[in-house]
Amino acid sequence: MIDPLLIAGRELRSRLFLGTGKFPSNAALAATIESTGTAMVTVALRRVDLTATDDILDAIPGDRSVGAEVLLLTNTSGAIDAGEAVRLARLARAAGLPRWIKLEVTPDPRYLLPDAVETLRAAETLVAEGFTVLPYCPADPVLCKRLEEAGCAAVMPLGSWIGSNQGLRSRGALEIIVEQATVPVVVDAGLGAPSHAAEAMEIGADAVLVNTAIGTARDPVAMGRAFRLAVEAGRAGRLAGLAAPGAVAAASSPLTGFLA
Amino acid sequence: MSAVPVELESRGRNVPEATAAADVVATDLGGLRALVDRSTDTDVARALATPHPGLEDFAALLSAPAADRLEDLAQVAHRRTLQRFGPTMRLYAPLYLSNECVSVCTYCGFSAGNDIARRTLTVDEVAAEAAELRRRGLRHVLLVSAEHARLVSKDHLVRCVERLAPLLPSIAVEVQVWDTATYRRLLAAGCEGVTVFQETYDPETYAAVHLKGKKRNYAWRLAAPDRAAEAGMRRLGIGALLGLTSDWRTEAIALTAHARALMRRWWRTEVTVALPRLRPAAGDYQPADPITDAAFAQLLCALRIALPDAGINLSTREPAHLRDALVPLGVTTMSAGSHTEPGGYAADSGAEPQFEIADTRSPAEMGKALRAAGYDPVWKDWQRS
Repeated sequence: MIDPLLIAGRELRSRLFLGTGKFPSNAALAATIESTGTAMVTVALRRVDLTATDDILDAIPGDRSVGAEVLLLTNTSGAIDAGEAVRLARLARAAGLPRWIKLEVTPDPRYLLPDAVETLRAAETLVAEGFTVLPYCPADPVLCKRLEEAGCAAVMPLGSWIGSNQGLRSRGALEIIVEQATVPVVVDAGLGAPSHAAEAMEIGADAVLVNTAIGTARDPVAMGRAFRLAVEAGRAGRLAGLAAPGAVAAASSPLTGFLA
Repeated sequence: MSAVPVELESRGRNVPEATAAADVVATDLGGLRALVDRSTDTDVARALATPHPGLEDFAALLSAPAADRLEDLAQVAHRRTLQRFGPTMRLYAPLYLSNECVSVCTYCGFSAGNDIARRTLTVDEVAAEAAELRRRGLRHVLLVSAEHARLVSKDHLVRCVERLAPLLPSIAVEVQVWDTATYRRLLAAGCEGVTVFQETYDPETYAAVHLKGKKRNYAWRLAAPDRAAEAGMRRLGIGALLGLTSDWRTEAIALTAHARALMRRWWRTEVTVALPRLRPAAGDYQPADPITDAAFAQLLCALRIALPDAGINLSTREPAHLRDALVPLGVTTMSAGSHTEPGGYAADSGAEPQFEIADTRSPAEMGKALRAAGYDPVWKDWQRS
């Protein structure tokens, strides 16, 4: 058991957030939620159909309240500007879903890169309307400070392009974001292997969000468990005090040894 | 949403500048087609390895050396589909509004002059069809119509969309092509997608199979996706019918060039492609046997690899066993339980279908087959805001 994470006054017992797209079935998703031990899952409102018999929300345990063991974080996937994202968040609230919103404004449907300008605008509006806002954003340290100032409960900078499994391509910027943040930093997008998640935790991220790497694994349940362990290992390593690179690599004078 | 403003209203014989249509016209299709025949094993290997394939890579993937490596193509296509889309399949149904048509198109069952039972649904009948589709679990519907500007006017279409919007999260249209202003009206009414098949990208064949009607204007049709995107439509579907020309590879290259151009010009818009093989239709149309199953599978893999982010739609014109087998190669969108005659869902309408359905499975049966294959059938993947 690792130290809990506090976001907007809510204590989370896991630092692994789970995305719910790309799973082969609701049953696989439900089993993976369990194996990851996650306390926060995000679901796209566009996929939610409260009138359907086999809806994606059925895979998530609990009563969908803010106090539920697994907190539902509705996301605004599909929004291409601030106005759409704000309207989607309001629709989620009207449907009785928690007021916790993962803000996604991704006008480009191919790389799904977040629009910094529209994301900030939407965040300002949603915070003012009483939502708890966790924005998916570019790994831009200044933008993350602006989102923080706008009242976001966390920032969710990308590790690399969503679904790309490329790991922490933005590592240098992420290190600055972690250094400067006063709200939790959740590395979202691009984490393709458990080692990527461990690396994010080691550089000081407070949590990670993973979807593609788990949902499309040959065995999503087992991969969920692997990510859980990696997140715990990375967090524990960070807290234990990582050795500085270079500090233990004492050269044995290979170039000057002939003088001995 | 403003994209680059372009003047798309003029109904000229040439495509407007700075459009995807103009990009297609400017593409050296002959040169790319020649590349197919010159492609070597090295070209195929490069096309399979590059993370950002170009049209030259697509040409290599259509070649004979690529056919010899079909399993490799399939593995790459499958991996990339899984990574980008997950093991999911978006399902929809066509809803035919009318089969009354003033155009003469040699390959289409609805062609004017074909002696068939014809009908145009009232708005109430369209709503009854939509309610029945909803009852069967569908949430994404494509409104389809033959071309009759009086019976299926723009006002009628707008009324249909307005009526269905509260019932269905996602509405797209595949009807005659319109100007930007009409697409704006449809968008405001609650329609977010437009499908326009060019049918064939070869202008000579196009003229030879479209004998009468406004559809004869190749350029006006080619720029229709640009106009729809300019109006703010969020999803575009484009396609060509395999079997109109004897060279499917050139059609595939043109379609891919068109998809890439649309993605570049209209970068906020989702693009889905389709290359249905023509089926027999009323009017005694019998397609030539244009492309074998193996070549069709190769084409599907090549499309997925060259267009990693595009949706790929597989028609119910293909039989169930083949559809099931092709799913892992890159398909992301399928129709289910389709009727291609107006009024086929809520009651037996008696009207003639556009073409014969080969995969007659119900939506529930499709869902079951997909789940058995390890895929999550996605009925709702859109939320109108």
